Amino acid sequence: MSKKLKKRLRRIIAGIICFGLCIAAEKALPNLNDNILLIAYLLTYFIVGNDVVKSAAAKIRQGQVFDEEFLMVIATVGAFLISEYPEAVAVMLFYQIGEWFQSYAVNKSRKSIRELMDIRPDYAHVMRNGEVQTVDPQEVKREERIQVKPGERIPLDGVIVSGETSVDTMALTGESLPRDLREGDEVISGCVNLSGVIEVKVSKEFGESTVTKILDLVENSASKKAETENFITKFARYYTPAVVVLATALALIPSLITGAWTVWVYRALSFLVISCPCALVISVPLSFFGGIGAASKNGILVKGSNYLEALASTKIAVMDKTGTLTRGTFAVSHIEAVGCDEKQVLFYAAYAERFSNHPISKCLVSACDMTTVSEDAGSGRKSKVEEIAGHGVIAEYEGKEIAVGNEKLMARQLKNNAWNKIKGDISTGTVCHVAYGEEYMGYVLIEDQLKADAKDCIDGLKKEGVDRIVMLTGDHKKVADKVAGQIGIKEYYAQLLPGDKVDHVETLFAEKPESGKLLFVGDGMNDAPVLARADIGIAMGGLGSDAAIEAADIVIMTDEPSKIVQAMRISRKTLQIVKQNIVFAIGVKVLVLLLAALGMASMWAAVFADVGVAFLAILNAMRALKIK
Amino acid sequence: MKKTIMLEELECAHCAAKMEKAVGELAGVESCSVNFLTQKMEITADDGAMADILKAAEKIVKKIEPDVEFVVK
Repeated sequence: MSKKLKKRLRRIIAGIICFGLCIAAEKALPNLNDNILLIAYLLTYFIVGNDVVKSAAAKIRQGQVFDEEFLMVIATVGAFLISEYPEAVAVMLFYQIGEWFQSYAVNKSRKSIRELMDIRPDYAHVMRNGEVQTVDPQEVKREERIQVKPGERIPLDGVIVSGETSVDTMALTGESLPRDLREGDEVISGCVNLSGVIEVKVSKEFGESTVTKILDLVENSASKKAETENFITKFARYYTPAVVVLATALALIPSLITGAWTVWVYRALSFLVISCPCALVISVPLSFFGGIGAASKNGILVKGSNYLEALASTKIAVMDKTGTLTRGTFAVSHIEAVGCDEKQVLFYAAYAERFSNHPISKCLVSACDMTTVSEDAGSGRKSKVEEIAGHGVIAEYEGKEIAVGNEKLMARQLKNNAWNKIKGDISTGTVCHVAYGEEYMGYVLIEDQLKADAKDCIDGLKKEGVDRIVMLTGDHKKVADKVAGQIGIKEYYAQLLPGDKVDHVETLFAEKPESGKLLFVGDGMNDAPVLARADIGIAMGGLGSDAAIEAADIVIMTDEPSKIVQAMRISRKTLQIVKQNIVFAIGVKVLVLLLAALGMASMWAAVFADVGVAFLAILNAMRALKIK
Repeated sequence: MKKTIMLEELECAHCAAKMEKAVGELAGVESCSVNFLTQKMEITADDGAMADILKAAEKIVKKIEPDVEFVVK
């Protein structure tokens, strides 16, 4: 609890005691002089509310009439004037109690949001002149070496130069499984080093490091306001003056007709008590911020409340294939053996390709157990390897030639056309035919791998009410068809150039219902124009990719497309909380205004409608932080 | 250029909205946003005019909520 809050709490307690004494005195001594009572109540009033009175006086000097505190002072002073002393003090006391709870709740939520964003590293151990110095991360330059001990937060992005460890990326990705890292691996600032001491060569200065980017992004997310927030701001601007005008009318018109001034002035004063739109102005942005916080806890960075709000009304989801639904990395998916067993086919292929840096070669080598081959290479039996551009590779192995490549190469190497007779659909990936000497051995099929949760993502989107799911890809039609079939996408467009993707999105925009939103999901590579054009652009695998963080409206830090569904769920629940707060706050206020006008609600009810509602709305808003 | 100002002791949300509006309307200010939760005000304006704008902004903030400490970062 802050000093200020403590001070206010003491004042409230003192006020309650004095108030109790006043009431006791009034009851015990019925003949007490009215003036003495007035002085006692006035004293209590100032003990409870002198800060409110002071600040109201300051504001009226500056011409701020429609201020909450000023109106509260008018209401209570008015109550004194019509000889409702206990009422006046009670209203001020209740108002202070309510305000106190409100501040307490706001502080609490500020604290939980701060804790959520507590990934900022405070120091770095930098190695300078052979010794370790502990400095502010901002002072560390690129190329310098830092040491990170177990339990510490990694302060800057870099590459491990010595040591092995596992790191906790929870704060950035929501992923609870630690990642194992060793020499040569990149580390990302904001993660926590768990097991070993590592030495890191810094690759980005603090201002450019991932942790700074993420913090900036989350902190600034509040500046892009949701439509609901703008509505509330506008509503608040008119609400207070409107209530004050109503109050004036209520005090004057019926009184002039009936002559019962005290009755109507009392009712009008209750109006003034309810004149602050606080419940709405605090709780609505707080709910959105809570939702954004809940998302970032799960590794989903949302750049503004407007995007979080829009997400719930997604009608068309456009998805890139490679890197979004598929991993974008190749792996051996099938081996067909004709002349020998499958292992041998793979061995021939890997052996021939072992010196190449091509992604396909690498994937062949990694799929094969190459222990025997590396021995060969080491023993100086490094046979000749010849690359034939556009065809493949020819290598010598135990006196005969291995040929690995496409149909053209096979036609060149072989007299028969055995490679042409194989069955099965091989058009969904890259085929490496293998021949040994004069004989056809078979082929290895290499394909992009579907992400484990790609199907969950599509199913989830359908369940969340997305009407159309469209897949766009630069890949071959047959590949697109296979992927779409596996995960249940009906609509897809293949063989697109980056420019074509924009055109397709434009067409989809034209077909989209007015109120629905168009979502685009890509991996942040080459699709920046589409990310920008869509209502909501989501980039996948943002961890460590600056381009994705820059271009997208929402960044998913991990590689899991199913996080999109989770983001949508968080969006929907946040909006639900916002709606509850709006309906509750406006509902209670209007109800109490009506009852007060009819004389059925006292000033006490009015105070509840003001600060009590605000407090409850803040508590409700805090739930948004806990959405899973 | 962009300046961030801490608004310490900022307690009232609709005051924050008022500050945002009033500072945003100052001559030379491109944009101004106040984040009630992080207690930060961000002003974007021309380099040359910034000093004057900060002074005027502080005045506005103090006028709307006198208890707030205006700390330029």
